[in-house]
Amino acid sequence: MGRKLLLDKAHIEGIRYYDVYRKNGGYAAAEKALKSMTTDQVLDEVKKSGLRGRGGAGFPTGLKWSFIAKPEGVPRYLVCNADESEPGTFKDRYLMEFLPHLLIEGLLISSYTLGANSTYIYIRGEYAWIPDILEEAIAEAKKNGWLGKNIQGTGFDLEIYVQRGGGAYICGEETALIESLEGKRGNPRLKPPFPAVKGLWQSPTVVNNVETLAAVVPIINIGGEEYAKIGVGKSTGTKLISACGNINKPGVYEIDMTISVEEFIYSEEYCGGIPNGKRLKACIPGGSSVPILPANLLLTTAKGEKRMMNYESLNDGGFATGTMMGSGGFIVLDEDQCVVRHTLSLARFYHHESCGQCSPCREGTGWMKRVLLNIENGKGKMSDIDLLWDIQRKIEGNTICPLGDAAAWPVAAAIRHFRDEFEWHITHPEEALKRNFGLAHYADPLPVPQPVA
Amino acid sequence: MAEEKKLFKVTIDNISVEVEPGTTILNAARQIGGDIVPPAMCYYSKLQGSGGKCRTCLVKVSKGSEADPRPMPKLVASCRTTVMDGMEVANITSPEVIEARKGVVEILLLNHPLDCPICDQAGECHLQDLSYEHGVSATRYEFKRRTFDKVDLGDKIQLHMTRCILCYRCVFTADQLTEKREHGVLGRGEHAEIGTYIKESLDNDFIGNVIDVCPVGALTDKTFRFKNRVWFLKPVDAHRNCENPKCCGKTTLWMRGEEVFRVTARKDVYGEVEAFICDTCRFDKKEAKDWVVEGPRNISRSSVISQNHYVKTVKPQETIEKVLDGRKPKLLMDIHTVSEVNRPGIDLSQIEGPAHSDDFNKKGVQ
Ligand SMILES: Cc1cc2nc3c(=O)[nH]c(=O)nc-3n(C[C@H](O)[C@H](O)[C@H](O)COP(=O)(O)O)c2cc1C
Ligand code: SF4
Ligand code: SF4
Ligand code: FES
Repeated sequence: MGRKLLLDKAHIEGIRYYDVYRKNGGYAAAEKALKSMTTDQVLDEVKKSGLRGRGGAGFPTGLKWSFIAKPEGVPRYLVCNADESEPGTFKDRYLMEFLPHLLIEGLLISSYTLGANSTYIYIRGEYAWIPDILEEAIAEAKKNGWLGKNIQGTGFDLEIYVQRGGGAYICGEETALIESLEGKRGNPRLKPPFPAVKGLWQSPTVVNNVETLAAVVPIINIGGEEYAKIGVGKSTGTKLISACGNINKPGVYEIDMTISVEEFIYSEEYCGGIPNGKRLKACIPGGSSVPILPANLLLTTAKGEKRMMNYESLNDGGFATGTMMGSGGFIVLDEDQCVVRHTLSLARFYHHESCGQCSPCREGTGWMKRVLLNIENGKGKMSDIDLLWDIQRKIEGNTICPLGDAAAWPVAAAIRHFRDEFEWHITHPEEALKRNFGLAHYADPLPVPQPVA
Repeated sequence: MAEEKKLFKVTIDNISVEVEPGTTILNAARQIGGDIVPPAMCYYSKLQGSGGKCRTCLVKVSKGSEADPRPMPKLVASCRTTVMDGMEVANITSPEVIEARKGVVEILLLNHPLDCPICDQAGECHLQDLSYEHGVSATRYEFKRRTFDKVDLGDKIQLHMTRCILCYRCVFTADQLTEKREHGVLGRGEHAEIGTYIKESLDNDFIGNVIDVCPVGALTDKTFRFKNRVWFLKPVDAHRNCENPKCCGKTTLWMRGEEVFRVTARKDVYGEVEAFICDTCRFDKKEAKDWVVEGPRNISRSSVISQNHYVKTVKPQETIEKVLDGRKPKLLMDIHTVSEVNRPGIDLSQIEGPAHSDDFNKKGVQ
C-alpha cells in the first residue's frame, strides 16, 4: 500500500466539518507554520519537498513562489485554481467536497508564506454544490480563529473568497482565470508579464492548483525532506489520479509515484483491471490534452523499462514514445474503443472551448473537428490524415496559451500511434458507420434528444 | 551630463540595429525597414495592448541575448516580444517562420471569403496583401464558411462579420478613443463575433476610426461604400480647423476631380493611422471647399493604390532597333491605327485623375 498524505483521513466520518478535522490533527500544520516558522522557512520546506504543480504543467511550486515580486505597498494575491475542466480530471472536486478544511489549511499556510491577505478560490461553475461546502468550511474556520484578522494571535490577516466561474475550460488557464476573476472576458493574457509580477489587478499573484495547495499541509507536517523521500526522482510526494474509462473501479486514487502503470490499471487496490476481461488498447494518462499511448508503449518505456506512474517515466522518449503526467486524469480505453471517435470527441471539446483570440486555435480547432467528423462518418479521404497532421502542426506552438497545444497533441498522437485505424475508417466507410453505436450521423452540434411522443 | 542610455543591439535577418530597451522585435524591424519587417494584422502601434492575437508576425529567436544565448524554443509573436541585448532573430531567412506564416494565412482565410472583387476594402486590405505574399492559390478547406448578415452599426458604419478576422483592433479603438465602449467581442472561439451592446449604434465622436483600423473589409464607411474603387481615386493630404479639440483635423481626402469621395485619417508606411480624426471630419466634410489641400499623398505601401503612380520612372531604351542594327521592327499590326483609341499623342500620366472615356472620345480623334 502506498503512503497516503492527502486522503489518509478522507474516510473519517464527518471530516468535512471543523471539529472532526481538528480532532484528527487538522490545522496542526497551520499552527506550526504561523506560530513557529518564518515565511522563508516555510518556503524552504516547500522547496525541499520538490513539490511540483499538480495543475498540469508540473512546475516546481517552491520556485514559483520565490518568483513573486514584493514591491512596497502593493498587495499580493494567491489564487486557488479550482476550475478543473480538463476532461477526465476530477481529483480536485474530491478534495474540495470531502476535505474542504485541508484546502483551507493549505491556503492559509501558502497565503502566509506569500504574504497574501486575500485569497480566491476560483471554482468551475458546473461544480454548483461545492461552493456551499467551501463557504461553510470557511465560516467554520473563521469562527475558530483560522481566518479573518489577527489569526491565532499571530498578527496575520487572511480572507478567503469563493468565486464561481461561468463554466469555460479556458478559465482554468491561469491568466484567463485572472481576467475572469476581474470580471472580464476569460481571455488568456500574453506573457510576460507573468502573474508573479503583474497578476490579479496588476498585483503580484500566484495561481496554484487545489491539490498543490492541499499538499502544502503534509509537507509542513512531516517536513520537506521527508516528503521528498516519497516518490522517485523529481516526482516527489503523492499524486492524486482520477481514473475513468474502461476500468472496474473508476475513482480518485492517491499514489506515491513509485508504482507501475500496469499495477495501477490491474491491481485490486487501484483500477481493478478492465471489465469483462477485455484487452487494454490505449490510455490517456494525464487528462484529455496529453497524448494518447497504445498499450505496448503505455506499459513499457522507450528504453524497454516498465513504465511508472511518475512525471519522468510517463514522459520517456518525448512525444514519439511517451506522454505526460498532466493533471492526472487517467482515461483507459479497452479493445472495443475507437480512437478516431475519441479523437473527434476531444477535437469537438477543444473547438468549443477555444477562447478565439488567436487565429490558429480559433479556426484550426474547428477545421480538425470537421475533418475528423468526416472520417468518423465514413466520408473521409486518405489525404485527410495528412491534412489533419498538417493542421495540428500549424496550431501547436503558435498560439498565445497552451490550449492550442492541448488541442493539437491528442490529434497528433492518435495519428502517430493509430494511423491504421484512421485508414480503416476511410477504406471501410460502411463498416465504420455500422460500428458507430447508432450515432452514425454524429451531427455538428450533437442532436438534442427529442422527447418521445 | 545626463547618463547615456544603453541601447540594445538586435540582429534581424543578419541586419543589426540598436534600439532602446523595451522595443519590440517588430518595432526594431520597422526601424530597419524593408522586407524583413514581419507582417502585422492585429498589432497597431497606436493602440495600447494590441497585438499577439493573429500570429502573423511570428519570428524565430535564434539567440536570446548576449547574456543567455539560448534560442527560444517556440516561434514568438514579434509584436509583443521585447528585444534583449545581442538578440538574433530570423524572419524571412527562416524557412520555419515562412512555413508557419503560410499556415497562419491559410487559417485566416478559412472563414474569410476571398471576395476581394466585391469587397470595399479591396486595394487596402492587409489580408489581401498577406495572402498574395504567403498564400497558395487553392484552399484545402472544403467546409461551409461561416456567414453573417450585414449589420448597420449606426448610420455611418456597416459591419460585415463574415469578413472579420477578430483582430480586436476596433474594440481597442473604441475602448481607448471614445468615451464609452458600445461594442466588443461576443461569444467564444469560432462563435466569437464583433457585436454591439444590444444592437446599439456606434455614434461616438471618434468611432469612425474603427473603419480605418480594421485590416480587412469588415467595417466599412457607409458614406463611401461602393461609390468608387480606391485605386481610381487620388489621395491628397488636406486639413481644416476642426472644432473638436481632440481632433488634429489633418486627413487624407480621396478625390476624383473636385469631388471628395472619402475622408480618412493619414496612414503611415505600415498602414497605421498617424493621428485619429473625429467623425465630423470623416463623415460630414465631403466638399473640397471644406478643406485646405496640401498636396498629393504618397502611398508608400506596396498596395494597388500606389500602382500606376509612376514616380521617377525611367523610360526603357528602345533596344530592338539596336539589336536589329538600326532597322525598325516590322509591325504586324499597329494597335493605334486599328483601335483609334490609344493615340500616341495622349500621355496617360498627364491626365488629371484617372483616365475616362471622354478622354478617348472618337470625335476628338484628329
Ligand atoms: C486551457 C488550460 C486549462 C487549464 N485548466 C486548469 C484547471 O482546470 N486547473 C488547474 O489547476 N490548472 C489548469 N491549467 C493550468 C494553469 O494554467 C496553471 O498552470 C496551474 O493552475 C498552476 O498551478 P500549479 O502550479 O499548482 O500546477 C490550465 C491550463 C490551460 C492552458
Ligand atoms: S490558444 Fe486558443 S484558447 Fe489560448 S488564447 Fe489562443 S484562441 Fe484563446
Ligand atoms: S471588425 Fe475589423 S477591426 Fe474589428 S475585430 Fe473584426 S477585423 Fe478586426
Ligand atoms: S501582429 Fe503580432 S500577433 Fe498579430
